[in-house]
Amino acid sequence: MFILHSRSKSTLVIAEHNNEKLGPITLSAVTAAKKLGNDDISILVAGSNVSKVAEEAAKVANIKRVIIADSDVLKTQLPERVCDLVVASQNQFKFTHILAGATSFGRSLVPRVAAKLSVSPITEVIAVQSEDTFVRPTYAGNAISKIKSKAPVKLLTVRGTAFEQAAATGGSGKGEQAPKADINTDVSEFVGQELSKSDRPDLQSAKIIVSGGRALKSADNFKILYDLADKLGAAVGASRAAVDAGYCPNDMQIGQTGKIVAPELYIAIGISGAIQHVAGMKDSKVIVAINKDKDCPIFQIADFGLVGDLFKVVPELTEAIKK
Amino acid sequence: MRVLVGVKRVIDFAVKVRVKPDKTSVVTDNVPHSMNPFDEIALEEAVKLKEANHAKEIVAFSLGPAKNQEILRTALAKGADKAIHLEVDDATYQKVEPFHVAQAIAKLAKDEKFDLVFLGKQAIDDDANQTGQLVAGFLNWPQATFASKVETEGTSHLKVTREIDGGLETIKVKLPAVLTADLRLNEPRYATLPNIMKAKKKPIDKKTPKDLGLDLTSQTEVLEVSEPPTRKGGEFVEDVPTLVKKLKEKGAL
Repeated sequence: MFILHSRSKSTLVIAEHNNEKLGPITLSAVTAAKKLGNDDISILVAGSNVSKVAEEAAKVANIKRVIIADSDVLKTQLPERVCDLVVASQNQFKFTHILAGATSFGRSLVPRVAAKLSVSPITEVIAVQSEDTFVRPTYAGNAISKIKSKAPVKLLTVRGTAFEQAAATGGSGKGEQAPKADINTDVSEFVGQELSKSDRPDLQSAKIIVSGGRALKSADNFKILYDLADKLGAAVGASRAAVDAGYCPNDMQIGQTGKIVAPELYIAIGISGAIQHVAGMKDSKVIVAINKDKDCPIFQIADFGLVGDLFKVVPELTEAIKK
Repeated sequence: MRVLVGVKRVIDFAVKVRVKPDKTSVVTDNVPHSMNPFDEIALEEAVKLKEANHAKEIVAFSLGPAKNQEILRTALAKGADKAIHLEVDDATYQKVEPFHVAQAIAKLAKDEKFDLVFLGKQAIDDDANQTGQLVAGFLNWPQATFASKVETEGTSHLKVTREIDGGLETIKVKLPAVLTADLRLNEPRYATLPNIMKAKKKPIDKKTPKDLGLDLTSQTEVLEVSEPPTRKGGEFVEDVPTLVKKLKEKGAL
C-alpha cells in the first residue's frame, strides 16, 4: 500500500484560519515543512467563503499548491468534517508529511486524521532534524525526546514558538479544488463561541508578556498588570492559580497545559514558578521575576529578579517606563 | 449510558523528573506515581453523570504493567463500578504509543458497546494529547476535546463547552462519542476510607493484548532522551530603576 522509496517527498500543511485571515501558526508550520527537506508544499484551506484566505495562502513563500475546500458545512471547521477532507486530499495526492500547528485546532484534528490513516502521530514538535527524525518535549519540558518515525505518512503538530514564520509574500501557489469528501454533518454541531476580546497583542505572538499569579489576590488587582502591559505594548498572561481563582479567563493561562510562549521579554509577577508554569515560558529570551519571596523557584530561571511587594513595584515600573 | 474511562499511571505531577545518564528515558524507579491529573477529572465527570442518573455504569481502563492496578483501585474507590486492566510487561510498556492505547480502547468500546469514552486531554508524562482524538478516529465517533463543561441533551446528545485558544466554544455531539477533559471541568473528589475498602471488592478484569487482537508494533523509536538546556543563573536587582536600566542595556526594553 505504501511505497516510500520510490516517491518524492511532498508535504501538506493544514491552514488555520477564521474564514477571513490566515493564522500566523500556519506560517510557522510552513517553515517546519521546509525543514523536512522538500519543496513540494501544499496548503489545505478548508472553510466557508475562504477565497481571501486562499489568496493569502498562495502568496506564502515556497507554496506550490493551495487546496481549497469551500463549503457552508466547513464554516466552523469541526474536526470530524475537516478530517474527512484531509483524508480525501491524502488519498488523491499521497503526501509523505501532513502538518498543522500545535493549537487547539491542530491538536484536535491531526491525531484524528492519523487514526484514519492508521499511523502514529507526533505532536508538539519543536525541531525537525530530518524527514523522519523529530524533537519534542515531554514531562512538562523537563525531558527532550528525539524520535524517529517509521510511519508511512508522518503526521505532525508543530509548536509555533519553535519555528519562525515563513514569509507571507513571494509565493505563487496554484489554486486547486479539494477532492470531494463525504462529510458527515450528523454527528457534531457547532453551538456557539465566546471569545475573549482584547486590544492587547495576541499572547502567542507578543514580543513582551506581563504575567500574573496568585499573589495578585483579585481580578481587580490584575488592573495593575494591564496598566503595565499597555505601557509596554505587551500581552497579559497568567498562572494556573490566577485562572483557577477567577482573576482572569483560562485562555490567558501559560504553561504545560495552557499556552506555550517565547517572547523577547517575559515579566512574571507574583508567580512562584511551578514546573507546570515554567514549561510554558522558559524559552523566553529575557525573564524578569518580581516576587516578595526570594526563595521561590521562578528566581532560578529569571535573568533579573526583583524581591519586593508587587503592589509597590509594579506601579513604580509602569511609572518608570512612562518616562 | 455506559462510560469507559481511561486512566494512566504517571510520575506524580509534583516530582521534578531526572533524565537517566544513558539518555534512554527518565528515572521512574522509586519515584512517586499517581493517576494522571486529567484522567482524575474525566473520571470525576463520569461519576457525576452517574450520580445524575445519566450514566448507568462506569468502567475504568488502564494499559500498563502490574502496578497499574493501584490506580485502577483508586478509580474504583472514586466511583468506577469495575475495571479492566490490559497488562503488558515493563519492557513492552516502554514502547507503547498513544496509537496502541487508543486501538485498545476503541476495540473495547465497540465490543462492549460503550456509549461514551472519557479520557484526560493529555498525560503529563508524554504530553502527547492524542489518545482521545485517535480513539474517535478509529471508531468514527464525534469528539469533544478539552471539555470544560458537559451537559446532557436528552439521551442522545451531549453539549460540551471546550477550551480553545481564543476563549470557549460550545458544540453538540451525538452519542456514542469521545470526550477529553480539561483542567477546569471539575474538582475531583478524594476517595474516602470506606470507599477505598469497598473498592477492594470490586472486580478488575485482566486482559492481554492478544485478547483484544492488539498489534503493538512500534511506529516510533525514541533515539535519545536528554535534559533541556538550562538557563544561565540570573541576578537580583535592587530596585525598579536598576531593573529598567539593565533591561535597556540588554535591549529588552
